[in-house]
Parts: sequence; structure tokens; C-alpha cells
Amino acid sequence: MKRLSVLLSLLILASLALAACGPAATQAPGGSTSGYECTDPLGCVKIGPSDPVHIAFWGVLSGADSTLGEDSKRGVEIAIDDKGGKLFGHDILLTSEDAGCTPEGGATAASKLATDTSIVGLVGSTCSDETAGGIAAITKAGLTTISPANTRPSLTSPDRGPDYDGYLRTAHSDAFQGKAVAEFAYNFLGVRKAATIHDGSVYAQALQQVFVDNFKELGGEIVAQEAVAKDATDMKPVLTTIAAKGPEFLYYPVFVAAGGFITAQVRDVPGMENVKLAGSDGIFSPDFLKSAGPNVVGVYLSSPDFSAFTGDYAGFLEKHKAKYGGSTLSTFHAHAYDAANILFAALEKVAVQEADGTIYVPRKALRDAVYATKDFAGITGNLSCSPTGDCGAPVIAVYQVQSDDPASWNPADAANPNPKKVWP
Amino acid sequence: MRTSISERALDAIVSGVLWGFRILIVLAIVIGTVLAIRAGTYTRAQWIDFVIFGVAQGSIYALIALGYTMVYGILRMINFAHGDIFMTGAFGAYFTATWLTKIGFTDRYPVLGLMIPILVAMIIATLIAMLVERIAYRPLRGAPRLVPLISAIGASFFLEYSFRGIFGPGKYAYPPISALEGEWVVLGIGILKVHVVVMVAAGIMMALLYTLVMYTKVGKAMRAVSENQDTAALMGIDVNKTIVSTFAIGAAMAGAAGVLFSLVYRQIDWFMGFTPGIKAFTAAVLGGIGNIPGAMVGGLVLGVFESVGPSLFLEGLGIIRPYQLKDVIAYTMLVMILLFRPSGILGERLTKQKA
Repeated sequence: MKRLSVLLSLLILASLALAACGPAATQAPGGSTSGYECTDPLGCVKIGPSDPVHIAFWGVLSGADSTLGEDSKRGVEIAIDDKGGKLFGHDILLTSEDAGCTPEGGATAASKLATDTSIVGLVGSTCSDETAGGIAAITKAGLTTISPANTRPSLTSPDRGPDYDGYLRTAHSDAFQGKAVAEFAYNFLGVRKAATIHDGSVYAQALQQVFVDNFKELGGEIVAQEAVAKDATDMKPVLTTIAAKGPEFLYYPVFVAAGGFITAQVRDVPGMENVKLAGSDGIFSPDFLKSAGPNVVGVYLSSPDFSAFTGDYAGFLEKHKAKYGGSTLSTFHAHAYDAANILFAALEKVAVQEADGTIYVPRKALRDAVYATKDFAGITGNLSCSPTGDCGAPVIAVYQVQSDDPASWNPADAANPNPKKVWP
Repeated sequence: MRTSISERALDAIVSGVLWGFRILIVLAIVIGTVLAIRAGTYTRAQWIDFVIFGVAQGSIYALIALGYTMVYGILRMINFAHGDIFMTGAFGAYFTATWLTKIGFTDRYPVLGLMIPILVAMIIATLIAMLVERIAYRPLRGAPRLVPLISAIGASFFLEYSFRGIFGPGKYAYPPISALEGEWVVLGIGILKVHVVVMVAAGIMMALLYTLVMYTKVGKAMRAVSENQDTAALMGIDVNKTIVSTFAIGAAMAGAAGVLFSLVYRQIDWFMGFTPGIKAFTAAVLGGIGNIPGAMVGGLVLGVFESVGPSLFLEGLGIIRPYQLKDVIAYTMLVMILLFRPSGILGERLTKQKA
């Protein structure tokens, strides 16, 4: 009993102490030691003379789709290295939080990061589902996040609501990607009957719907729109159902796990032997070759057009190779690199540094500076952010897989690309 | 204890609602089935395909379910790390099979090329399961029931994340055996060769296991320990040894299941044990946990329902994208079976001490 009361009083003391220093970290103390007065409506982040500049990455870092997040995180880490690990003479500290590629995971990660008052800005999330779950907490905390990998169209639509004020992205919206695939299938491949499979994720569901709408508009017929569970492994029943409808083209814009299972099993199903297969950027990775096996040769994949990358993408790949060894894991490392750099550029614009090294970052000004990004020379193109948060340069290409050897993965290779760009 | 009238009325209402629920689900299934068959979307061959896909998937569930059921039978504990034991087996087989394919061994001797990875997988899975038992379960043998359960979940995470750390978060494509590509025609029905192999291999394994448990000394010891540990010990049975062999045999089955799974679905990763593990546990409960033939029946029933169900009764009811609801079918079926037969399909009523 006695121990309990001691514990309780300690807890109360601790919470009092926390409550006391909470605002001090966010609101600059006007007067006495500092000449800076925080007038920002969202408050300021104060970084003491010996404290690091704290940024955060949130995205999927565990589970079956963790390469997607790992790949983006590496982009951010390389951007930090390019700054020499320092901003205004302070070290840059990167915290990463796993969001598990689910809305609940996104909400958990975001609310955890939102309570950390030392964070100035974020890069993330990677799955659109995570953003749907977590963005409210981040916006409410006055923070701004730039996603390198969310492609769900509604995240940057004009009616996205005030919860999304703190949200921008360098990834392209799938409104462009689904349309590109539909045009490719109808005009280039000349198919008229298509089927789609999604895995219930917001990303896949929205993307296949954009494809379906555009394909119908072009005059094609959608014979089946099926869905599987995200962790499904036995795809043969659903593929048999689709085979009964006789499609010429199967579009499955899912993630690596489901994409691999579908590709590996599709040719075993009677009626599906010659159907043309296409996926999207969610499976645009050597990991997909690894998981799909020999059937993967000939699969079409849509992705940002790497040949349209204006900046020094080759230089980025070299740094990546030197730091992590091997090729990149997924699609959005370059977008993550650009996202981090946009954040740094905005920080450099708005942060105020005192003589003793203390930095103040006004949150609203930072957010406005990110939105004001114009003609930013990133490696994915010249980026300008729209008022609804779209910063990406949406040039989509369709690639075709040439070999099932993951080691040969290099879409940017001049002589022997795998996958090879086939359209436009 | 006397029950008041209001309590009895409440009981009557509850059981009425439950019966209504049962009847509703059965009706939905029957109506959906009739409608789907009358719609005639699928040919006879496609229906047969659905069933065969289900049996193949189900025999893998059954093999994993055996491990759950045996350990439960003997220790009354749910070994949640069992799904990950299945994963370790698949990894062992993957590296062996890749190497054998690379040196051209698999193409020359396809049967050995199939058997050797299965053997390696069984050995690796067994060793890891014995280690888990020694480290995570044995020290907690006398503890309350929840304690080994939590320890099992911990062991599961430990295995998953160790494999993620060692082999990376990526996926690996299991090398296909070229001799197993294509179909065999059995009784006028084309069946994928790989499915035939899976069904036959699973059948042999289960037959062996059944013989082992029913007709050998080790099996007799297992049954004795599962009846009553103390009495078995008094009869001169080494309880620890018997428990270890139970874990080992269950793990060997899971390891073999890992190879069969990889052969059919051709993709492995560090997290692959989770969903099949849960499904196999469902299968074990479905068949009556603690009961070995029950696990086999439960696995097959679950596999076939999952495969046939979406196109049979969900599509008939006009539900769009029925395959998303595959798991719903699995778990609804679990609830249904438990409502009708609380002890599972083949489960006997457990004695008070066992339950």
C-alpha cells in the first residue's frame, strides 16, 4: 500500500513536470533570454543550442510490405547525408515510426509522433491507408508531412477537408497512373476485355477503379472486378472465377505479396495461359521478381518514368549503392529524397537562429513555405506544389519485365534495362 | 442452484436467438448455392478445380493443424509459435532446393529433388521447435495457463523477427520443379501435378503420424501423458521426453507443410507462417482440438470451404468481390461448428480435467 502511494505521487509529480515543460518546448518564451517572439498561429519548435534538428519518417517498416517503407526511408537518409548530417550547424536526427500499411497503424504512428514536440517536420507515409488513418493527428499538432509514396487520388483532391492541411506529396496521384495504364492497354496492346483484382487496400481499390473508368471510356469492356484479402495466398479460385469471364488483360495494382502469388499461379489456371498481365508501382521492385518467379517475364508494370527524371538520379543511385549495397528496393526512394529536400529547403527559409545557436521554427510558416515550393530542382523532376498538396511531376511510363533475375533489376540502365520501358 | 423465472426466460430468448442465427446462416448458404448453380457461370470442370484447389490448401492446413492439436492434447497449451516453425521449414527447404536446382540435381532426379528439401525442412523445423520447447515452454511447465501462452506469442515474434533480420524483409521465389509442371489427367479430370504431389505427400504424412500415435510405444506414451501426466510418470513414462517428441513430430509435419506450401504458392517470406498458422489453428478447433483425425478433417473442410465458398454461395447471393470474404467464411464456419457442436466435428466431450 505504501509503495503504491509513493508510486502514485511520483507519477503525479512526473505528469506535473511534463505539463510544465510541454508548452515551453513549443512556445518560445517571450522576452528574458531570447530576443525571438513566437507569433506563429501554430506555435514554434524551439531547438536548443546543442539539440538536434528532429525530423521523422513514418511508413510501413514491418510486415509483408516493409520494403516499400525501407526504400523511402533510405531516400530520406541519403538526403540527410547530402546535407552532411547537419542543418544550421545542428545534427539532423531522424526518427522513424512503423505504420504497418494500415489505417490503424497510421493512426498509432501519427499520434505518437504528434506528441513529440521536438519534431519539426515529417516525411511519410508510404501507404495511402496510413495517411487516411493518421493525418488528422499530424495536422492537429501543427506539423507538416510530405509523402513520397501515397498515390491515392483523394488525398490531394480539392475536397479533402481541413484534416489534410498538413499533407503534401511528391508521389504522383493515381488519377494519372490508372489512366495511363488504361490507354496503354487499349491503344498499345489493343485489348478490349479486361479484368482487375485488388487487395482491398485503398491504394489498389482506387487505382483499379481509375483504370476501369478510363478503360470503359475508351470503349473497352470490363468483364470482372475481383478482390482478394491482403494476406491471401491461394489465388487459383479467384483466377478461375475470372477465367470464366474470358478477359484478354488482367490488371492487378496490388503490393508485392499478393502480386507475387497472382503472377506465380495465374498460368496454372485453365483459360489464363495467354492473358496479358499488368501491375503498377506497388510491385515495381526487384522484390516482385523474387516473389513471382519465372512467370514474371513479360508482365507490364506502370511506374513513374525514370527517363523523365531530370536531376542527378544516377548520382543518387551511386550514393545508394555505396551506402546500402545493391539496387533500390522499390519505387519511391527518389521521391523520398526530394520530399526530404523540400522540407529542408522550407526549413532553411523560415527558421530563425539566435546568436547562441538556438533555432526557432514557426510551424505555420514552415507549412506555408512547403506549399509555396516552386520549380524545385528535384531528381524526380522540377517540382511545384499545388494548393491541394500535389508536388509530384506525373510522368507515367509502362515497363515490361525482361528477366526474372532480381539482380538484373535496373530500369534506368541504358543498354540492358530490366524492366524495359515499352510505352509511351 | 435454483433459477428464477426471469433467468429462465432470458435463457429461452438467448437460445431462440442463437437458433435463429443458425437457421439464418444455413438458409443463406442453401439459397446462395441454389442460385449460383442455377446461374451456371462455371463449368463442371471449373467446379472440380475449385474443390481440388481447396483440398490441396486444406491438406496443408491439416498438416500444420496436427502440431497444434498434438501439443494441445498433451499440454493443454496453444503453441502460437507453430506457424513460425512452419516458416522455418520453408526457409530451410528454399535454400536447399535453390542450391539443388542450381547444380542441376533437381532436373536429373526430380523425386530426390523433392524429397531432400522436405527432409531438410523437417529436420530444421524439428530442431527449432525442440529449442523453443526447451527455452520458452519447459521452464514454465508448472505456471498458470496464460503464462506459456504469452511465452508462445513471444517465441513467435522472436522467430519471425530473427528471420527478418537474417534473411531480410524481402520475399523469395521457391524454385519450380520442372517435372511437376503441367497436369495429370486422373479419371478424366485434369489436376495440376503439384497438387497431386501435395495431396499424396500430405496423405502419407498423416497416415504415418496416425500409425505412430496409435501403434507404437512412443505413441502410446503420448496418449498416456495426454490422459494424465502424473499417472503416466508413475507408470515409468519419461514425461519430458514424451513432450519433446510430441513437439518434434508436430514440427516435422509443419516443416513438411512448409515445403508443400512453397511448392504450390512459390513464394516465401519471414511472415508467411502467420496466416496459415491462424487458419490451421482454426482447423484444429474445427475438427476438435486435441483430436488427431479431427485436425485432418478440420483442415480439409476449411480448405474446401474457403476455395468453393466464395463462388458457390457468396456469388449466388449477389455479393460482389466475394474472394475478399474468404476469411469471413472460414471464421463464420468456425462459429457455426462451435454453435452446433461445441467440441468440434470429431471432438469428444472433454473430461473436466482435460478441459
